[in-house]
Amino acid sequence: MFALKGSQGRRALADLWHALRYPDLWVLLGWQDIRQRYRRSMLGPFWLTISTGVMVIALGFVYASIFRQPIDEYLPYLAAGLVIWSFIAGTVTEGCQTFIASEGIIKQIRVPLFTHVMRVVWRNFIILCHNAVIIVAVVAIFLPANALATLALAIPALVLLILTMGWITLLVGMFSARFRDIPQIVTNILQLMFFLTPIIWHPSLLPGRNRVVLLNPLYHMVEIVRAPLLGKMPGAATWIAVGVMGAIGWILAALLFRQFRRRIAYWV
Amino acid sequence: MRSPESDVSLSLEDVSVEFHIYNSVGRSLKKQLVRASTGGRISADSGHVVVQALKSLNLSLRHGDRLGLVGHNGAGKTTLLRVMAGVYEPTSGAVTAHGRVTPLFDVGLGIDPEATGYENIYLRGALLGMRRREIDAVKDEIADFTELGDYLDVPVRTYSSGMTLRLAFAVSTCMSPDILLMDEFLAVGDAHFIHRAEERLNRMVSRAGIMVLASHSRELIERLCNRAIWMEAGQIRAEGPTDDVLRSYAAAN
Repeated sequence: MFALKGSQGRRALADLWHALRYPDLWVLLGWQDIRQRYRRSMLGPFWLTISTGVMVIALGFVYASIFRQPIDEYLPYLAAGLVIWSFIAGTVTEGCQTFIASEGIIKQIRVPLFTHVMRVVWRNFIILCHNAVIIVAVVAIFLPANALATLALAIPALVLLILTMGWITLLVGMFSARFRDIPQIVTNILQLMFFLTPIIWHPSLLPGRNRVVLLNPLYHMVEIVRAPLLGKMPGAATWIAVGVMGAIGWILAALLFRQFRRRIAYWV
Repeated sequence: MRSPESDVSLSLEDVSVEFHIYNSVGRSLKKQLVRASTGGRISADSGHVVVQALKSLNLSLRHGDRLGLVGHNGAGKTTLLRVMAGVYEPTSGAVTAHGRVTPLFDVGLGIDPEATGYENIYLRGALLGMRRREIDAVKDEIADFTELGDYLDVPVRTYSSGMTLRLAFAVSTCMSPDILLMDEFLAVGDAHFIHRAEERLNRMVSRAGIMVLASHSRELIERLCNRAIWMEAGQIRAEGPTDDVLRSYAAAN
């Protein structure tokens, strides 16, 4: 039952609303993606946990000695940073394929297009949950000072981060469907940003004015969840940066979605 | 949420569809930026062609209509079906559908070859807008109709195309769609299955449904449809009772 009339804004909103009101579909598709990736493997998605764990331990010991940092401070910092970064980078990279990869569905059956965005974000959230085991283990072992006091703050921070990933996924998904070189551009930028963002190194290691990291939006996206896990409060600048990015990003993504929603089926 | 009989309808008013076809130049952000910065003079290729796929189409279907679509490849049959399914929103014109629309275009929709038959029933069911408990309720009936027995417990990649078709058809028709759209769908079924599928389709249409079938098989359309449209170059060349349309289509070819 559908009627293709009404303003584009109204139709775009209806698309969003219907996708959120019928989570059965993207929840199932997201799980299916995970299952498909790890079918016929005994440990399933816990392979992710293992490979992240190995990476954290290996990098942890090497870089702690290179940077001359105490291991009990450095390892939790690295573990939290890496896991949050993989969530961000994974969602953005796969976000490029949001609509391209769902071509088969988009061209055959009318389901809200935002369903595909939710599927990508949900799938990466499941992966994040598997990787979070590492953070829990490392934090429990080294128990950073004040961690128990600030831990709860990580939840609203994560909600904010997920909301941010929502508009980014929608945006890169639409752009990539129209311009097929966007996924390569995005992958390259992310690779570069991994090294420019304080994940394996601490901002305090920068000589002189280390406030330059505050200009990096990805720093705030990582820091807002990482700090509370390590017993610190994210700075006011971080809350404001993530909040403002979310608001502006959603407005921008919504406007573009209103404009181009109906062209997506023709692009993919 | 089944609508009352008299309400089932599908109407297209003055529907036009334009395809913007991009080649590798039009698909590349880099090349588009270079083009913009050079005023488009260095590269004459804009990478962009517009094709008129459907031209001012008007069509109104009521309950009991079984419409056959004939026409050459590229005549616009598939595009028309996609517009009816609400997948392609037309460049201009209005499309209104009352009733549950179920497209059966590709057997492979939502099929995960690594998952078992039963898992795929849930996947395809969810794509058709069914909730988990709705699928739970009709799962056994679906399994019966497929006649696949124990095969439903093994991965679909081991199925033949005919077996996959049975599975897809059974799931898609289990909720009694009000409007069923098919694109060459029954092509790979064996005689026994096609016979049972036709029975089911006839029953469905007699219970206040609409069916649209695009096919190159004259025989299939004759058997299943009571109306037909001959599409040519995105327009309706002829419309009317199946026999008349098929006769003039055959005469012109």
